Amino acid sequence: MHPWVGAGPEDRRHILSELGLKSIDDLFASIPAGVCVDGLDLPPAKDESWIRRTLGEMASTNVAMDSTPCFLGAGVYRHVQPSVVDAVLSRAEFFTSYTPYQPEISQGTLQVIFEFQTLISRLTGLDVANASLYDGATALVEAVLFSHRVLRGKRELVVVAETIHPMYRRVLDTYTRAAGIEVAVVSPGTDGRLDPDTIRKVAGDRACCVAIQSPNFLGIIEDLPQLATAAHDCGALAVEVVTEAVSLGLLTGGGSFGFDVVCGEAQSFGVAPGFGGPHLGFFTCSPKHLRQMPGRLAGETVDEDGARAFCLTLSTREQHIRRAKATSNICTNQGLMALAATVWLEAMGGSGLRELASSCLARTEELKRRIAAIGDPWRIAYPHSPTFNEFLLVGPASGIELVEQLASEGVLAGVPTTDWGGSWPDGLLVAVTERNSAEDLDAFVAALETLS
Amino acid sequence: MSIPEELKYDRSHEWVKTDGDAVVVGITHYAQDQLGEVVYVELPEVGNAFAVGDELGTLESVKAVSEFLAPVAGEVLEVNDRLEDEPNLVNDDPYGDGWLVRLSGSADGQDLLDAAGYQEFLIQESA
Repeated sequence: MHPWVGAGPEDRRHILSELGLKSIDDLFASIPAGVCVDGLDLPPAKDESWIRRTLGEMASTNVAMDSTPCFLGAGVYRHVQPSVVDAVLSRAEFFTSYTPYQPEISQGTLQVIFEFQTLISRLTGLDVANASLYDGATALVEAVLFSHRVLRGKRELVVVAETIHPMYRRVLDTYTRAAGIEVAVVSPGTDGRLDPDTIRKVAGDRACCVAIQSPNFLGIIEDLPQLATAAHDCGALAVEVVTEAVSLGLLTGGGSFGFDVVCGEAQSFGVAPGFGGPHLGFFTCSPKHLRQMPGRLAGETVDEDGARAFCLTLSTREQHIRRAKATSNICTNQGLMALAATVWLEAMGGSGLRELASSCLARTEELKRRIAAIGDPWRIAYPHSPTFNEFLLVGPASGIELVEQLASEGVLAGVPTTDWGGSWPDGLLVAVTERNSAEDLDAFVAALETLS
Repeated sequence: MSIPEELKYDRSHEWVKTDGDAVVVGITHYAQDQLGEVVYVELPEVGNAFAVGDELGTLESVKAVSEFLAPVAGEVLEVNDRLEDEPNLVNDDPYGDGWLVRLSGSADGQDLLDAAGYQEFLIQESA
């Protein structure tokens, strides 16, 4: 048998006779009859050109983000995608490689990880960044489990802001339930922001960490210095999770305000929005907690000739070496997406990222002003709270109904909060990025006016 | 391979030295040799109590992380703070400056080996 070619009838007969079986059904006899499907009702096979044409026609009935004014965000953001990102990404040396288990032979991969760590560390204000994680939600989970370890398992409570993305909190619940860690959720005040005194009350002396998101799920920027102080007053670690990484181009990362962990989602850096990902988690902490950090690190060193070289360090605490005692059961890093983020950030540069973030902020503020000018029945839920590139819009119907009504006006207006519950109004999360043109904003405002 | 006469040993390569009412614990020359260059030592908190065989802490070398276990039951009275900045003491002087913890408790009546017994154990293990 050739490894690239599947088993033919002759091969199957041979395998079955070696096994002393008469038919394929005998091979699968141990599968209960109740879970077996007795034939599938499928049409006859079609040829490739028919399939391409038919599926292409079906796909063309979708409303595409790029051909429609699109204001979707809520944790997944659409930003510029310089061609250099995909050009580097699609090189086979990167594209087809799996995580290096004999890492030092893959100097290119290690250099990318090293540069990724350096860039992320500079953005979050914490000195140590790991080689990446799967996504923002698992990064939050890792930050919580990390805090639990740092305090040696003596504090079983985690205080979590309600304004952390609801999907992230669901992933966190899955882990904490299994780990026997209790979660207390703190709701925001009437301005959509967290109150440090409420956090102090809930955390008491039992919390291993206080986890918050900024800009939060409602797009609002939290008061990071005050929240870090509140966490530390309770003897807990302060954890910041970021879902819109581009905000770090303008907003100072929590590390500079005393946060012990800054982690989150870096999809905004060069990873196009897609159904279910891939996404890119990042995790940064201070050197004093290095040994409790999940995952691995690439380090810079010199080879035997004294030339610059890279090595993999800290993988000693990973799953393939430590098994059940590993710091995390995520054993690999999100290598290809970390490469995308690295190339994207290096293409932008520091001033480019700042310009991009400023442009998001300016367009968002413009749209907010124009919505305020329309007035009733449209209302910005938290008009006096600072936002970056997203805000909650309340209108004459529920969020889910507004999505449909505004889509029929030709605008993908936002993500409804209807099904997620929460202590905030039912409305639409509206995200504005540099990809939204002046015409997009005009279309949005016109659609709202039509429905007024 | 140095195996001092005056110490007791367990089968996971820790040594025990009786010191008044307490015992001092470290890892053997053989253990540090197997581990390679130690880069980080994670020590228990003073005041915590351990049963025989409990994990006291971890030793991290360049390529692996290993636990060290309590050879006798007891409470941690003192840990070797010098290891925080000089983890290599575990390699350089495993029976002296590279000690790990001081535990309340006694080696008497414990299932421990003397130097000859430990030597024999090493030979059997490598056979």
